[in-house]
Amino acid sequence: MHPTSDTFKDNARSALADAQLQRALSGLPTGLVTQRTAARAKLPEFEALREIGREIKNHTLAHLDLYLEEYEKNATAAGAHVHWAATAADARRIVLDICRDAGARTVTKGKSMISEEIGLNAHLEAAGMEVVETDLGEYLVQIRREAPSHIIAPAIHLTQDQIEADFRRLHTHLPGNRVLIEPGQLVNEARTVLREKFLAAEVGITGANFLIAETGSSVIVTNEGNGDLTQSLPMVHIVVASIEKVVPTLEDVSAIIRLLARSATGQEISTYTTFSTGPRRPGDPDGPEAYHVVILDNGRSAMLGTPFQEALRCIRCGACMNHCPVYEAVGGHAYGWVYPGPIGSVLTPQFLGVKRAADLPNASTFCGRCESVCPMKIPLPNLLRHWREAEFAQGGGSMSFRAGLKLWAFLARRPRLYHSAARIGIALLGVMGKSKGAFRRLPGAGGWTRHRDLPAPRGRTFQQLWAERQAGVE
Amino acid sequence: MTHPDPARPRVALFATCLVDLLRPSVGFAAARLIEASGCDVEVPKGQTCCGQPAYNSGDKDTAADLARQTIAVLEPFDHVVVPSGSCAGMLKAHYPALLADDPAWAPRASAIAAKTHELISFLTDVRGITRVDAKLAARATYHDSCSGLRELGIKEQPRKLLSSVEGLELVEMKDCEICCGFGGTFSIKFPEISNAIVEKKCANICEAGADLLLAGDVGCLLNMAGKLRRQGRTVAVRHVAEVLAGELSDPPIGAPG
Repeated sequence: MHPTSDTFKDNARSALADAQLQRALSGLPTGLVTQRTAARAKLPEFEALREIGREIKNHTLAHLDLYLEEYEKNATAAGAHVHWAATAADARRIVLDICRDAGARTVTKGKSMISEEIGLNAHLEAAGMEVVETDLGEYLVQIRREAPSHIIAPAIHLTQDQIEADFRRLHTHLPGNRVLIEPGQLVNEARTVLREKFLAAEVGITGANFLIAETGSSVIVTNEGNGDLTQSLPMVHIVVASIEKVVPTLEDVSAIIRLLARSATGQEISTYTTFSTGPRRPGDPDGPEAYHVVILDNGRSAMLGTPFQEALRCIRCGACMNHCPVYEAVGGHAYGWVYPGPIGSVLTPQFLGVKRAADLPNASTFCGRCESVCPMKIPLPNLLRHWREAEFAQGGGSMSFRAGLKLWAFLARRPRLYHSAARIGIALLGVMGKSKGAFRRLPGAGGWTRHRDLPAPRGRTFQQLWAERQAGVE
Repeated sequence: MTHPDPARPRVALFATCLVDLLRPSVGFAAARLIEASGCDVEVPKGQTCCGQPAYNSGDKDTAADLARQTIAVLEPFDHVVVPSGSCAGMLKAHYPALLADDPAWAPRASAIAAKTHELISFLTDVRGITRVDAKLAARATYHDSCSGLRELGIKEQPRKLLSSVEGLELVEMKDCEICCGFGGTFSIKFPEISNAIVEKKCANICEAGADLLLAGDVGCLLNMAGKLRRQGRTVAVRHVAEVLAGELSDPPIGAPG
């Protein structure tokens, strides 16, 4: 996808002015947030599990090469073809070659953020293949030619009215007078349309929530059953996964799975948790003839050994964005690339470069709610601060902001001068504003006073008044 | 000057720059509460700002300079008390990280972190205060500022002390733990997003039917007071210490007078 992270401020402004989007986003706090809170409350060992999950991932990342090689060995032994892709372009090429070899005309897809990251759909379509997203949310954004706006709820920016209108526009072979009021009716219609695609597809592509080193298996967790149809009906199943998806053992998956759905949707466990080990074996009732796993790096290995290694613990539950006041205000598309919300603001500068995504790490109040709900305990605000440091070191930020910061720092390092300057400034502002209580406008404070009043100072500083009180006591 | 009593701990009040510049009554309220808890209070002259604006803007060198300056000023005292969860969090949670690579200063940063407390937490958790002698007829709601809540675990402490204020009724607003949209320089860099967040906060404040909004951080209070005033709301806004200390001679934040 074409990144627009460099125009985040404009994107955000448009998003705030988009009444339909604001209506769609207003359901976020009562939906996913309430459900997660309830699920967390029902599991007393949730906090202990977070610590266990963090340890599993830290251990794996510390020995990532080892576990990836073990995964490759065991997956290959089970009949899988494992492909290594250093870049997005490599991954696209590998997948296209497999599809061509399979004579694919129709390719079905389960939900995969990695395929968004590498721009897979456009690449396969350019080669003349029909690519069909089979996750309902992904299908909805695909038919609108949009990108997902959330990593687990891709169409969360849409209202039901918009979905109904899209279905009526697109599914013209269905009776015009059909009723599409209930969400269930929309789901049924999507199911009807997608069923034919499942049966027609030569290749099915899914992501993976985990790759298990000791068994060579890939795991997907889904709610709609589309992932299972995508990976078991076609002749060829391709898994696209990034390097940090590997965990050592089945036991590890069991631990992290207890956190994943609870953090994401508030479910104890997702409706389907599907383990794939190699292609169909003789005697298996179903499954693909060929099973490929494309393992993507795309810059992740460069994060190892840096503070950003911690971000590689992410299990893509979406809890950070569900609990982010900024995400709730502007939605996912404003972030301008594949991953929105706090984790997106950590990952996007890594992928696009900090210059092209400089607004993202700055667009946080550091409220810390993301870190407090992250099942993998990723210190998201600290990582955002690291990007701000990188940006500052490269001379980023507006001239006026940097000049203001410099002047303030000059004074703050000189307490006597600082307090004298403060006395004069506060006396002046006090005369101007004390009787009114607050300024509606103030030169240089336009960013603040455009939307709210600025409470006026009282005319004297605390240091000044305290010194007077002490002098009076003596 | 009164002679120091060895039985009374010496407390440095780190007033914070926003209290110093914009809300001196919070400093006096804090001093009164700390003294009432059996401590002597001093306000070291060498203090300016904890450095958080620089730290959160990526200017780590300036932040580290200000951290060293602040530590040197505050370390002679038994305790450091801060009437702000955000600035207390800076000293307590971030100074050790900021100076971790400076062998001369890392232990001093850890020592300051260990004896720094947010005001209400100091009164309750350290000094064991369970009630205050204050009166105010009001229907108040309390906003949990982010750093105090999530970095320092301040939640029940202010509510407990407020429940002892005669005449004060405390009502909880919806989403009291969600950010007000201030975020320091965030409010200036992203005014529209900040505004969208504070609009939701103000709607919750008004929905709670409170006539008084309290919190423990002047930054958040300036943001919410400024928005409420722009909306023409009559909700009074004060720092929680002003109410607990009965330090109410100044008009509420942003109100005329």
